[in-house]
Amino acid sequence: MLLIVCLGFLLSLAMLFISKIIKGKWAWLTTLIPLSTFLYFCSFLDDIANNQVIKITYNWIPTFKVDLSFMLDGLSLLFVLMISGIGTLVFWYTSSYLKGHEYLDRFYSYLGIFMSAMLGLVLSDNLITMFIFWELTSISSFFLIGFNNESESCRKSALLALGITGVGGLFLLAAAVILGQVTSTYTISEMLTMSNEIVMSSSYVFIVILVFLAAFTKSAQFPFHFWLPGAMQAPTPVSTYLHSATMVKAGIYLILRFSPILGETPLWNTTLITIGAITMLYSAIHMLFRTDLKAILAYSTICALGILTFLTGLGSYEALVAAMVFIVVHALYKASLFLITGIIDHETGTRDITKLSGLKNGLMPIAVVGFIAALISGGVIPTLGFVGKDLIYESTLHFKNNTWLLTGIAITTNVLLFYGGFLVGVKPFLGKKPEALPHLHMPSIRLWLPPMLMVSLGLILGFMPFLLGDSLIMPGAEILSRGESGLHLKLWHGFNNIFWLSTLTIVLGFILYLILKPSDRLKTSADKFEFLSPKSISGYVVTIFKITSKYWTMLFQNGYLRHYVATYVTFIIVLVGYLLLQDPVLRIDYNSLADLTVYEIVIIMIMLLSTLFTVFTPSRLAAVAAMGIIGFAFCLLYLFYSAPDLAMTQFSVDTLTVILFVLVLYRLPKYLKFSKNYLRVEHGILSAIFGGMITFLILKVISEPKNSEVSNFYAENSYVLAKGKNVVNVILVDFRGSDTLIEITVLIVAAIGVFGLLKLRLKARDKK
Amino acid sequence: MKTLILKTASDILLPVLLLFSVFILLRGHYLPGGGFVGGLIAAIAFVLDAFANGLKNTRKIIKIHPGFLMPLGLLISFSSAVAPVFFYDLPFMTGLWASGHIPVIGKVGSALFFDTGVYFVVVGVSLTIIFTISENA
Repeated sequence: MLLIVCLGFLLSLAMLFISKIIKGKWAWLTTLIPLSTFLYFCSFLDDIANNQVIKITYNWIPTFKVDLSFMLDGLSLLFVLMISGIGTLVFWYTSSYLKGHEYLDRFYSYLGIFMSAMLGLVLSDNLITMFIFWELTSISSFFLIGFNNESESCRKSALLALGITGVGGLFLLAAAVILGQVTSTYTISEMLTMSNEIVMSSSYVFIVILVFLAAFTKSAQFPFHFWLPGAMQAPTPVSTYLHSATMVKAGIYLILRFSPILGETPLWNTTLITIGAITMLYSAIHMLFRTDLKAILAYSTICALGILTFLTGLGSYEALVAAMVFIVVHALYKASLFLITGIIDHETGTRDITKLSGLKNGLMPIAVVGFIAALISGGVIPTLGFVGKDLIYESTLHFKNNTWLLTGIAITTNVLLFYGGFLVGVKPFLGKKPEALPHLHMPSIRLWLPPMLMVSLGLILGFMPFLLGDSLIMPGAEILSRGESGLHLKLWHGFNNIFWLSTLTIVLGFILYLILKPSDRLKTSADKFEFLSPKSISGYVVTIFKITSKYWTMLFQNGYLRHYVATYVTFIIVLVGYLLLQDPVLRIDYNSLADLTVYEIVIIMIMLLSTLFTVFTPSRLAAVAAMGIIGFAFCLLYLFYSAPDLAMTQFSVDTLTVILFVLVLYRLPKYLKFSKNYLRVEHGILSAIFGGMITFLILKVISEPKNSEVSNFYAENSYVLAKGKNVVNVILVDFRGSDTLIEITVLIVAAIGVFGLLKLRLKARDKK
Repeated sequence: MKTLILKTASDILLPVLLLFSVFILLRGHYLPGGGFVGGLIAAIAFVLDAFANGLKNTRKIIKIHPGFLMPLGLLISFSSAVAPVFFYDLPFMTGLWASGHIPVIGKVGSALFFDTGVYFVVVGVSLTIIFTISENA
């Protein structure tokens, strides 16, 4: 299973070598990857239908309880099949949609990473692994949304999406850590049995809030929904994949997965119902004011996600079944509508609903597909959409409190969704074709086959909903509702209340479609309130943040090296000085100290003189040379106190430092007075305090009783354990070898930094 | 700084210093020395040559760009660190030792390879920085 999950990662790796082939005629070959994943997981359908749960664990970091453990139950199989199934169609569609695109290989490799990450997310049984896959989806979607990286708005949208969903991921990590501490496991299936403990624990509120924040940011719930419409900047296949079946459903998956663990408390249910209801209504009403086909779809997606959150919040068995059915319904019609929008855009060059009409002349088959998609979206009998809508009404009607308020909200939203579906799927094809549109001809089969397959599936499942219900939904819902079962999906329930509500919805939706015509006037009237929207408000927050951080940065990072040094030194003085002042008495036994020797005095005199010389000489080179002398004097001190290793290293480092300084300073003008006198005095005082403090610190260290446990350990064991007699070297290459490994890596990074900076500057200069 | 004395001296000094740096590297486990100091000495040797004979000449002697020594060194160090994991199923960085005894070097173990890696990294880093700066400053 690990291999299958990682197929997408492998594809993107392989792109390095096969990009030439992919950019040519063989782009459709990539479809085999999601297709084989789809077929592989289809083979589990039987097991899942028999209520089995398949678990596979690969050890990863057992010390931290982080394993690659995968769990396949009804819920995850439903998602997996959607991800790989719609993935297959999207891969196939892309091979024609982006045919001959310069970066098609790149596109497929992002898509591959994204697919694998999504699969990993819904299969993970370990919270930490899930978090990793969660963030991978955020990162790969960033690249997908910003695929047209030459457009500024595209880059902005991608960054916005990454910002919101990436922060959400951090909340998930926090939730995972707290959950891990409460239950002392990261395995989700083990947490299922500990639901009571978690709900009773004091950190329950935090866990729920963090999980909600993660899910709401990912699934674009109010007030975090605004990244989603922006993400429509992506090429259509990406919008199709991200917004119909995968990325945004990840948040829904999370709350569904956690509802048996954290659910059935007022906090859980009320919050989900409230946020879901606000999101539904808010985005459904927003949809009325849009004229771009993709924007309409974006808002109807947010609306659908709101419905899903709402249903999860209701929490009853029926509601969970309704949620799972609606996930499928939404994936089917939304993906088809997106793909149809892509075809319209491809053929006519516009997505403006006010300019599109009469496309049935020339695109008749696509018009039919669009019509069926609209029927599914509107929940018209006999499609799967009808089954889904029925279940939604059933769950709101059976809810204990505020039954009619919730049902009313559900009806309003569904009326508007009906309208939105017809606007995108039907309206562009009806009426007279304007002169401005080019002559139309049917696109390649690779473009129209995928939406056709999906709407056919929507129809078939509408007639035979038990195909979907018995194999996937029921086993999934049984686990989510802690063992309830017994519902069977049916298309026809007879003439009951729900049927009449459903009919009412369709009639109202149709009336709305007939009387309300989208126009630019509506759009501009809505734009007036733009400054109040969460997007603008978050924009203001970001602006304030930017300005503050700019001033903050300028305060500390003003580009003068001396300023940086002064800042560091001041900081250390304050920090260490504060501690030293707690006990400012030295207790040194002067008798135990050795006498000063002549050569020590000589060396110290040399050092003092060269220090003074460094400070007061008017020549930079002389100052550097004097600093070198101080360094070499230090070497001598090391030698006297029998530290030959240190002496050798200090000597070489000093030599190279002097050479470096000379190389740099050689090119500078002879002497320019940069700093003002008062600044020099200030720095002088600062260094005097710093030097004094360090001296005091060292004397203090001497006066304390010596603890030589560590150095004794090294001295005793360096030969026994590491077969070396030079303790310094043994520490470097053996005892603390990992440190050395990291240090040389840092050194390399620094060298690459210097190299890059100078070479870049050189190139910039050459250009001039 | 093209003086005849320095030029003549550096022609002899370069090989001697390089040999000395290798000597320092090899004895490191038992006597003062090691990869870090050894690498610095080798770097100094090349810098001295660059002063005497010009940077172009030194580059010719090294043949490859010193930057390539950095990944090479890191690879050696890292391989010696992961070798026990792959071949003996021991923890990361466990010291492995050959049984024989070689004059000057003493016992040969993974620590020596680790130190050799450090040596190459240090040479690569110092030379890359110094060469780049002296060319472009």
